[in-house]
Amino acid sequence: MALLRPTTILLKKELRSEFRTRELLTTTWVFVVTVLVLFSFTFEPTQVESRRFGPGLLWLALLFAGSLMLHPSFAREQVNDTLAALRMAPIDPVAIIASKILANLCFLLVAEVFLLPIFAALYNLSLLPILPQLLLVMLLGTLALATVGTVFSAISSHARMRELLLPLLLLPLLAPALIASTEATRGLLEDPPGLPLEWTGVLLSFDIVFLTVTWLFGEYLLEE
Amino acid sequence: MADGAASVVESTGQQKWGPGIVETLGIAALVAFAGYAALFIAPTERTMGVIQRIFYFHVPSAWTGFVAFFINLIGSIAFLRTRNLKWDRLAVASAEIGVAFFTVVLVTGPIWARPVWGIWWTWDARLTSSFVLWLLYVCYLLLRTLVDETERRAVVSAVFGIFAAFDIPLVYFSIWLFRTQHPQPVIGQGGSLDSRMLNVLLLCWMALLGVMVLLLRQRVRLETLRHSVEQLRTESARDAGAE
Repeated sequence: MALLRPTTILLKKELRSEFRTRELLTTTWVFVVTVLVLFSFTFEPTQVESRRFGPGLLWLALLFAGSLMLHPSFAREQVNDTLAALRMAPIDPVAIIASKILANLCFLLVAEVFLLPIFAALYNLSLLPILPQLLLVMLLGTLALATVGTVFSAISSHARMRELLLPLLLLPLLAPALIASTEATRGLLEDPPGLPLEWTGVLLSFDIVFLTVTWLFGEYLLEE
Repeated sequence: MADGAASVVESTGQQKWGPGIVETLGIAALVAFAGYAALFIAPTERTMGVIQRIFYFHVPSAWTGFVAFFINLIGSIAFLRTRNLKWDRLAVASAEIGVAFFTVVLVTGPIWARPVWGIWWTWDARLTSSFVLWLLYVCYLLLRTLVDETERRAVVSAVFGIFAAFDIPLVYFSIWLFRTQHPQPVIGQGGSLDSRMLNVLLLCWMALLGVMVLLLRQRVRLETLRHSVEQLRTESARDAGAE
């Protein structure tokens, strides 16, 4: 519980600095909408086909968006070396990473809430009847993206060509999460809709495994 | 200063790490015998014929690659715990060797597939997983080239190596589950392996493990030497600056 207070304080700080400009949210949203429109040129998004390809496209677009948008998470702390100030605070360094993961999770989820209606309209899908299950899948999938993405943005912030490096590190590692969230969403769009438990399980285990690994090894990334 | 330079070179562990001539010859003999066994001792497979003998190179390469990636995990964790750079050198050496062995897997796979299945590549579960795994560790090596500071590079690549290692079971399981739910060309029917085939397979694995150990020691030695050259260079630059 010693972790809870610093995490919430830092989370508030992250959210405040984002909602002052809303840079991350707007760029993510516009990026995903652009990708979804461009995907429509690569095949005919009719009803039947969109049910088969739609989930994959949505998750790919989100993954690409995340791999580009999570980069500032640590990089923007470097401008004024504010990470050093955070490290000097008498708190568990895990709280710094946890607050960033939670903040990124929030940003991505808010962006997704505004994306789903557009996605449903563009690909002619009725998402309302399956909304609770869909939100669960979105939460689990986005948690996977936010966890690994935040840690890797700490890794890539020390490297050259870091904007390019983050997607490279992130995308192959997230392959299991991509497959699982796509398949879970596909199951929900099928007729009759059903939440595929095995894929939800894969997503859940992905989240648990990498949250644990982050908890155990993430703090090493914050050292000078 | 000359004394210091000499002591650095002395302590790089050239004798400790570099493989000796006896070992090298022994492993060369083992490889030669394994190759002979794979080509002449193992029985010819009934349906696939002679081409199936690539199996004795393909499968042990994958197993050896896994061992190398496991050593990478050990090196990564040990480095983070001890902060001794020798573990980082072991990690980079094993990742490179693992990538090399998985490159062999990805090259011999299509060579085997073409005459047997009529296609170069199929998105079969194991092939796809091996491909993703190969990509993961290629990215690990790429990451290392993009971080300049030695200590920093060791830390970030160790954390990435740990993430990659924990990703391996998830990659294999999810792709296996994905492929069994989707129609695909049926390949590789089950069935037991002839005991002679199994023995030759294990012999080939031992030979490749021997090669892996040789490469690993050679590569760690190279990395150690490179590190001491770097140290000497910064020292001499500092001395030049002081004068």
